[in-house]
Amino acid sequence: MNVEKIREDFPILKRKINNHPLVFLDSASTSQKPVQVINAIKNYYEMNNANPHRSIYQLCDEATQMYEDARKKVVKFINARNDEEIIFVRNTNEAMNIIVQSYAMDNLKEGDEVLLTVMEHHANIVPWQMLQKKGVKIKFVDIKDDGTLDMDKLKDMMSKNTKIVSVTHKSNVLGSLNPINEIGKISHDNGSLFVVDGAQSVPNMQVDVNNINCDFLAFSGHKMLAPMNIGVLYGKKEILERMEPFMRGSDMIKEVQLTESTWNDLPWKFEAGTPNVEGAVGLSTAIDYLEKIGLDNVEKHEEDLTKHALERLRDVEGVKILSAKNGNGMVSFHLSGVHSHDIAYILNDSGIAIRSGHMCAQPLMRRLGVQSVARASFYLYNTKEEIDKFVDSLENVKKVFKK
Amino acid sequence: MSLEIYHETILAHYNNPGNSGVISDADVISKDNNPVCGDVVEIQVKFNGERIDEIKFQGQGCAISLASVDILIDAIKGKTVDQIKNFRQEDFLKLLGIEISPLRLKCALLGLKVLKTGVYSYLDNNTEST
Repeated sequence: MNVEKIREDFPILKRKINNHPLVFLDSASTSQKPVQVINAIKNYYEMNNANPHRSIYQLCDEATQMYEDARKKVVKFINARNDEEIIFVRNTNEAMNIIVQSYAMDNLKEGDEVLLTVMEHHANIVPWQMLQKKGVKIKFVDIKDDGTLDMDKLKDMMSKNTKIVSVTHKSNVLGSLNPINEIGKISHDNGSLFVVDGAQSVPNMQVDVNNINCDFLAFSGHKMLAPMNIGVLYGKKEILERMEPFMRGSDMIKEVQLTESTWNDLPWKFEAGTPNVEGAVGLSTAIDYLEKIGLDNVEKHEEDLTKHALERLRDVEGVKILSAKNGNGMVSFHLSGVHSHDIAYILNDSGIAIRSGHMCAQPLMRRLGVQSVARASFYLYNTKEEIDKFVDSLENVKKVFKK
Repeated sequence: MSLEIYHETILAHYNNPGNSGVISDADVISKDNNPVCGDVVEIQVKFNGERIDEIKFQGQGCAISLASVDILIDAIKGKTVDQIKNFRQEDFLKLLGIEISPLRLKCALLGLKVLKTGVYSYLDNNTEST
């Protein structure tokens, strides 16, 4: 994997921030975009733009084709069975809302339980809280002190009432990869539906829905080189077929009467209104880009960077690592006596972008006993030199705070 | 965005906030957080009629949010509720004397927001009882 060559594809990496080259270490929040993706979107608007599924002129035909081709690309990318199982959404967060509102609200009843983990992103917590008004209980599996999921507790907490298990594949704070195949098997043996939040895993490792045998998988395009506001909900066809639509309106219908309507076939039943064609085109191009490099290579590269970052950070006095023993692709940390916002602000002075705050994982912050953390996350375009610059610049933070 | 925001005064207030603490018989306790970063500020106030008699804060947050609230309290101690109502964001930012980037405005203004909420709730309660 030639990182220098990859970097040339990302125009934003040529930017200077405060007279320093940009060192972008926040890809777990959102990735930067290669020129291939940017051009694909530009070309779409310059050559093919029309409202898909609506008319019969050539542009409409092309736009429809591009949108549906993108879906086919996703089918292959995650090894789904067919187009009907791929719903385009805005992001992981929206996908979770579809599962909760169109599946769980209709199928769960008082006394039923949903099992989550304390390491979930707010997108995989807050939607489920809606179910509490129906008397459904939400339970949280704890982590062990090394930051990995406590599988013994997970097994203990499964009961005949557990109707859904929804777990992140990879934590956005700890970087830990959960044993998703094992959790899937435990869930299905128990008769529970199995949902995977793939927001942090799909961008940088091969995720095969057939292999992990999940009932739903959600992920966002913008963390994997595609634009914002395009994401995917994968669902098993037999489950999606039984579900009511999420949003109602145009394109998701077969026939509309004044007082009633019938629903379109899958997947369009879940895609109301004019879709995000530029997003789908961008996602399709992003998948091409990632597949050309090879997700195995991306994952390996992140492992190397993470290892390097951990080695360097261990030597910095006052730094406490908060990411998990098996964490990959990111390093979350705390610097004694300095709030994460101040760390991020001072690093920005050297052109370095890292995430600070609660990481949209407040329950996990409480579990870790911190109010906020600083996180450096890595992707295919990052280098060891950038990590060195980041670690070296922590000295500036200490200088300002006289630590 | 420059590092000048971390000048001596800000760091002194952050490291040794003179107004941190609680008031056992406070008239008003006002608390809010910044959803972006989770910073929390709570202000406790004891009034003497229309005038602030005693005011303390506690909180968790970055240097800017915590230093700002400490500086704010120094500035408004002994003032009347009317004076606080008329104390605008611009007045406070001028007093801070640092250039705040848009994303950090919320840090700098969290204390003022909490204070104003507290004063208004004090006024509401007083109006109801009279």
